[in-house]
Amino acid sequence: MKGLLDDEADALFQALADRTRRDIVRRVAGEGLSVSDLAADYDMSFAAVQKHVAVLERVGLVTKRRVGRRQIAHAEVGPLRTITSLLTELEDHWVERVQRIDDLLAEDEPAGSRD
Amino acid sequence: MPVTDTFHDEETLTLTIVAEFAASPQRVWDIYADPRQLEQIWGPPTYPATVVDHSLEPGGRVTYFMTSPEGERFCGLWEVTAVDRFTRLEFRDYFADEDFTIVESMPGSSCVYTFEATETGTRATYESVFDSVEGLRTVIEMGVVEGSTGAINQIDGLLARSGTANRANSQPSELS
Repeated sequence: MKGLLDDEADALFQALADRTRRDIVRRVAGEGLSVSDLAADYDMSFAAVQKHVAVLERVGLVTKRRVGRRQIAHAEVGPLRTITSLLTELEDHWVERVQRIDDLLAEDEPAGSRD
Repeated sequence: MPVTDTFHDEETLTLTIVAEFAASPQRVWDIYADPRQLEQIWGPPTYPATVVDHSLEPGGRVTYFMTSPEGERFCGLWEVTAVDRFTRLEFRDYFADEDFTIVESMPGSSCVYTFEATETGTRATYESVFDSVEGLRTVIEMGVVEGSTGAINQIDGLLARSGTANRANSQPSELS
């Protein structure tokens, strides 16, 4: 499993070693953008931007969906999260859950002791 | 602050949370024994949980679904493996489909909850061991809202600090 994760990490870092590609992932992380919209903002050919998107697609960081005649690129940031960051996120989730337990237990106090 | 300690083990995909509650172990146990209380604490307010079946005994099942803000349902179930009333609960947590059939393709996790009496109330220890990274990812997709560009910004920061931005690998970036 560890070997597999290392290969995955290598591929991801290689895809993200390029500034334009990091910028593309950031820009499509919210709404998603078409490749033509993306290309309009870079000082390079449409084909070059398309190739960058294809590299990101290969490592699973970007997915393309067809909307009518346009191809909209969306970011998939799941692969970027390491085990540590996943466990940390889950921990945050648990901290909230424990807080809810604490709040529920606090409701047991006799009426009048809290407002 | 009820959470007193947390431990991660990346090798075994284990998360352990220790919390102190100002209530007896019996009272804390009640939250798990009563489906109406359990659903109040299981999911975040944005993903409220609904508990359907609830049998807290060895071999019993607890089935539940969480509803996303978009109205999408995420179903899960517990297979209870060991119960020591008021002090210990062990179960396997699985992803399920709408009929509460275990989704075999999705890895589950093993959970051990223990409740010890202390001078001020209860020390609860929650341990979850995931079968695979994929299972861990999916659990997080289910209930946690996150900023999607944070990870990229972290990489940016990392590369900037090491002074290797755009020279991060010696091979030309493969563009064909």
